[in-house]
Amino acid sequence: MSANVQADTIITATPEPSATFTPRTRVRRALGNVWRVIFLGSTVLAVVLLGMLLWSILEPGKDWLSWRLITNMPSRIPEKAGMNSAIWGSIWLVGGSAIFSFVIGLGSAIYLEEYAAKNRWTDFIQTNISNLAGVPSIVYGLLGLVIFVDLLGMGRSILAGSLTMGLLILPVVVISSREAIRAVPSSLRQASYGLGATQWQTIRHHVLPAAMPGILTGVILSMSRAIGETAPLIVVGGASQVLFRPDGPFSPYMVMPLQIFNWTSRPQQDFEHLAAAAIIVLMIILLVMNSLAIILRQHFSKKNRW
Amino acid sequence: MALRSTGTTVPTLPAKDNTARTQEETILRLDKLNVFYGNFHAVSNVDLDIQKNRITAFIGPSGCGKSTVLRCINRMNDLVPSARVEGQVLYHGQNLNSRNVDPVEVRRRIGMVFQRPNPFPKSIFENVAWGARINGFKGNMAEHVERCLRQAALWDEVKDKLKESGLSLSGGQQQRLCIARALATSPDVILLDEPASALDPISTLRIEELLRELQTHYSIVIVTHNMQQAARLSDQTVFFSLSDTRSGILVEAGQTEQIFTNPVDPRTEAYITGRFG
Repeated sequence: MSANVQADTIITATPEPSATFTPRTRVRRALGNVWRVIFLGSTVLAVVLLGMLLWSILEPGKDWLSWRLITNMPSRIPEKAGMNSAIWGSIWLVGGSAIFSFVIGLGSAIYLEEYAAKNRWTDFIQTNISNLAGVPSIVYGLLGLVIFVDLLGMGRSILAGSLTMGLLILPVVVISSREAIRAVPSSLRQASYGLGATQWQTIRHHVLPAAMPGILTGVILSMSRAIGETAPLIVVGGASQVLFRPDGPFSPYMVMPLQIFNWTSRPQQDFEHLAAAAIIVLMIILLVMNSLAIILRQHFSKKNRW
Repeated sequence: MALRSTGTTVPTLPAKDNTARTQEETILRLDKLNVFYGNFHAVSNVDLDIQKNRITAFIGPSGCGKSTVLRCINRMNDLVPSARVEGQVLYHGQNLNSRNVDPVEVRRRIGMVFQRPNPFPKSIFENVAWGARINGFKGNMAEHVERCLRQAALWDEVKDKLKESGLSLSGGQQQRLCIARALATSPDVILLDEPASALDPISTLRIEELLRELQTHYSIVIVTHNMQQAARLSDQTVFFSLSDTRSGILVEAGQTEQIFTNPVDPRTEAYITGRFG
């Protein structure tokens, strides 16, 4: 009985601070600092590793960087060898896969976001698209080999490679396009519908223009992935030595990562250096593409602020 | 009656003005309107007549369904997947809440202005022109845009910067741009969902003056949280509240003067005197 009375009085009266709280401010702050140091450490480690990686490429490659690397065709003699055919092959391949994945990816993103009912089916499709984005790229290579190279008889052509690579980046394009479309404020759609616009007019004139920077960013970033991807192309027949520029979608081709792989697997030391130089070129192209994505996004986001 | 049957035009009688209130033309009639969001019965059995070329104000506490009722009038609830609307919305006697009626056509005739100004991220000119163009406007677009902007009392402020973005305007100007945009499809009825709640008092006053002017050509329905606004602005006031089951109900509708000075229902009186809501 007396314990009950005690409890009641504590609740109703102003509590004595030392009796109810043990603030331990110093301990809590120290614990916070420990975590802060751990996070800082991870960041530093990541930057150092990246720096080491860059150095291991720049150091051997820097003396071999030259215009010849970009303008010459591959050769048995390291001093004469270039990656012109590989650069053009990459441009053809990535351009083709970007067009393919943009058209199909944007189309399905529009359907899933704007038209499809939100139910278990669309959830199921959504989950599977996310899963596809995580499938190893070699699997796409095998798929491309069976469907495009053999079944559809495209052979070891740029077209087969582009479609395979397009499939590989399609999930990312769909996901990023859906997110960009979803981010368009509903007030914009309402304004459009309120004026008697049809669904297509609303999508065409308001949703897509507002979502386009996000969509383009997704496409460019996935192009960056495609340009560095090697494994599926080995399977669908990117050649390891092509001495001419591709002349059309059915041309044989090689791409930059394959050229680099080819050079690193040669016994001569010089080819290893040449490969390092080629990696630098590839990285510059990647940086330019990523910067382009950022510039596009900022350019458009200045235009539509709401 | 005899005159009418012979087909002669009936002259407007001077006496009509005195009885105008009872002889007004109904443009919209809500008949047993019920709205459900999934299993939630959001609005229950609303019957209401809305008069032509008058301002009708919807007032009531938050969540009482006034915006929901407003959005039934131009089928905007079609855009909410879980919403189900039962009952009739009669517009010139035709039920708008019917499968056979195309919501796109409804929304051209019954325009809408939203709570927060939402101009398109396009030029001021294009903001007004777009709605007219998609609805197949044939004529001089520049004149049409100017007319709409003048009607919305915005022309003088924007005539030198029609190419600038609609988003570069102030909040009050943006809302008048949205009104001009709504006028551009030449609607009969304009629905406004708390159009001044995001605006400062001076911009609010300008919008109210504007609505007063527009009333001669358009029938206006406005949802407002601000009772003074309803009292100042409207000819007819409709008070919504919540039933015991949290469903929105129409408590009382009548001439604004009567609602604010001599309400019939004790709940209306409690609300307008500030005892709840």
